[in-house]
Amino acid sequence: MNKKVIATASLAGCFGCHMSVLDIDERILDLIELVEFNKSPIDDIKKFTKPVDIGIIEGGCCNSENVENLRYFRENCKVLISLGECAIMGGLPAMRNGIPLEECLREAYLDGPTVQLNKEGILPNNEELPQILDRVVPCHEVVKIDYFLPGCPPRADLIWDALYALISEQPMNIPYEVIKFD
Amino acid sequence: MIEKSLIIDILQQHKNDCTRLMDILLDLHKIQNYMDKETISVLAEELDLSRAEIEETISFYHFFSLKPRGKYNIYLTDSITANMKNRKAILEAFERECGTKINNVTPDGLLGLYTTSCIGMNDQEPAAIINDVVFTNLTPYRVKELVKGMRAGEEIKDLIYENYGDGNNADPDVESMVSNNIRKKSIVLKKDYETYTFVKSGIKKYTPTEVIKEIENSNLRGRGGAGFPTGLKWRFGSQSQGEHRVIICNADEGEPGTFKDRVLLTEYPEMVFEGMTAAAYATGSDIGVLYLRYEYTYLLKFLKRILNEMRKKNFLGKNIGGIEGFDFDIRIQLGAGAYICGEESALIESMEGKRGEPRDKPPFPVEKGYLGYPTIVNNVETLVTAVKILQNGAKWYSGFGTNDSLGTKLLSISGDCKFPGIYEVEWGTPLTEVMEMCGAEDVQAIQVGGPSGMLVSLKDLSHLNSTQLMKWYKPSGMEVAERYIDRRLSYSDLPTGGSIIIFNNQRDLLGEVVMNFMEFFIEESCGSCSTCRNMPYVMKNKLQKILDGHGVKSDIEDLLSWGKTLKASRCGLGQTAGNPILSSIFNFRHLYEKHIQSLTEYDTVFNLENSVQTYQKFVHKEPVLFHLQ
Repeated sequence: MNKKVIATASLAGCFGCHMSVLDIDERILDLIELVEFNKSPIDDIKKFTKPVDIGIIEGGCCNSENVENLRYFRENCKVLISLGECAIMGGLPAMRNGIPLEECLREAYLDGPTVQLNKEGILPNNEELPQILDRVVPCHEVVKIDYFLPGCPPRADLIWDALYALISEQPMNIPYEVIKFD
Repeated sequence: MIEKSLIIDILQQHKNDCTRLMDILLDLHKIQNYMDKETISVLAEELDLSRAEIEETISFYHFFSLKPRGKYNIYLTDSITANMKNRKAILEAFERECGTKINNVTPDGLLGLYTTSCIGMNDQEPAAIINDVVFTNLTPYRVKELVKGMRAGEEIKDLIYENYGDGNNADPDVESMVSNNIRKKSIVLKKDYETYTFVKSGIKKYTPTEVIKEIENSNLRGRGGAGFPTGLKWRFGSQSQGEHRVIICNADEGEPGTFKDRVLLTEYPEMVFEGMTAAAYATGSDIGVLYLRYEYTYLLKFLKRILNEMRKKNFLGKNIGGIEGFDFDIRIQLGAGAYICGEESALIESMEGKRGEPRDKPPFPVEKGYLGYPTIVNNVETLVTAVKILQNGAKWYSGFGTNDSLGTKLLSISGDCKFPGIYEVEWGTPLTEVMEMCGAEDVQAIQVGGPSGMLVSLKDLSHLNSTQLMKWYKPSGMEVAERYIDRRLSYSDLPTGGSIIIFNNQRDLLGEVVMNFMEFFIEESCGSCSTCRNMPYVMKNKLQKILDGHGVKSDIEDLLSWGKTLKASRCGLGQTAGNPILSSIFNFRHLYEKHIQSLTEYDTVFNLENSVQTYQKFVHKEPVLFHLQ
């Protein structure tokens, strides 16, 4: 059997979901038997080198680079998964959505009590820098997402079960506790 | 703040009983139109509650406020029929004349202008409540007159220039311009019943068990909408153990489009109270409460008078009707504006002075209800019908209606028809006949049972063979489809609490009607269950996306599958909050498909260029060097 190809990315997230992937412990050795990684922070491959079977996205989109990256993933992945709260709903970064962007930028670069060194009032507008979106958006508001794995972070077992189900093409057992958050 | 001695006075009138917080707040709002922090502190101290407990109650109800309101407060209804009768022009007129936007108070504190959910005047929209007085059939000209009168400081009652309405609406204790609009009387509404016959003589003919038996034999089902067998409810109530038992008449008629209880309370109040007395007799209850929605405050004085008359005649009080040990009295509890309080356990919570949030069930109110006592909650119409059944017998009643739905039903008909009003029809009447009755032509759709009911059409729609759709769709899947060509009002086909709103072919069903209903549910959710708190909002946005032309095929499927999660909500409001969208997809799918893009597979409406514009504008505003240089 050909190994399935997996790619991952962390957009507007904290890498907690990636950490949770590592939490599958020694099963990672089994995983390596079943899959190979392509573009991912885990192996630091920057560009896709071949078509990918499963793309895993952590974090939502808070800037233009996130959006471009996400679209790049959608073009190259057969299946795309939103992993964790931020990818699914925007999560913690989306807390700024209630505050106008101008206010956020002013607080961060001009008026905030900790802004000491920016006497000239320089704002980050280099063309190399990603541009900030007016609202943090979850991934499915940008591209089509095939599966959602909830949690902050999703439990390692859930990630393992989901990947295993996708790779083995078996239905996945999702216990009630996993989708109950209220 | 309100003077402390005044507060203490009011508290003493209510025996410092924190379960009567609603009454206390209602009294205080008469003195000052909002509750300030100091007043709340005094209340908290005297009632031994936390400030938060009092604030959470105040903030729950439309007619209570934590912020100053006007000397005159105008509550303009936002029901769909009002919107169909050009509410927009009335709203604009109010805004222009008052010089303030909606949901604001004028700077001088004189006029407060607010929007409110359906106030039970669907047959005479657009309507508004100003300082508890109802004004119907408003026109921009009338608005001008009203605002002028208020500015001149006139008594609000003196601003009724119209004739008083028919029947008891002209009673000196009501003096309201509301009309009854009774268009069709049948066995229940027919005035062939001499009031108080049951308490005078009927009560001696029956033992309590026989009363329950008679009601059970008649197969009477709750007329509020859910259709629970009344006899069974009474039986459960009579069997539960408790120091007291409670009969509540649910007159919190909040389902948009329903106004039959308003008319029953205006024209048949004796029968309503008699029905409560009969229920009390049957179940051995001693406490009676009529929960009257705040919007019907104009009936309060009149209803209290009737109760006093009954007490004088010993139809209420001790040893009623000469029956030793049958003690029962009725008090009226006003609500304060919350649709959800029509749900029986929420209503009980509200009566105990709390937020009207539905309780977890079991225990059901018949086991543990008001203050923990066994409580029987019946709709106004149910009680009136019960009196007629006890007069004429269950056998007589079974002669009307269909096998699964016996008797008659009061319909509150409004919308695009010539004769909106109250119609008493036999169960089993086809919708087409109802349309003929009320003079509706060119009918596109009918909302049966209010927003929580179903949006149906008269026509047969051939896309219905999707069995998957029907499987989950209440009430009974395939049966619905089979009867589809000739839909009838009955518990098995089209159950209804009585609200019938008609839309003609000129109406924009999705943009106008469904949107209004979804906004209603978003506004009225108590916010307790996450499903009902979030899903209607998400579904409404999805519908907006479709209407904006960004919809794709999967959006319709999404709506259908998301709608199912609402069934996990605790109460009927949450469980049915998706119905406007679900039933319109079910019955009017073509309207959705018209907006759907056929070639696009996925459309999120997201646009990167637009999303970064705010940022670009902000950072380029000031001439700065690139900091890397």
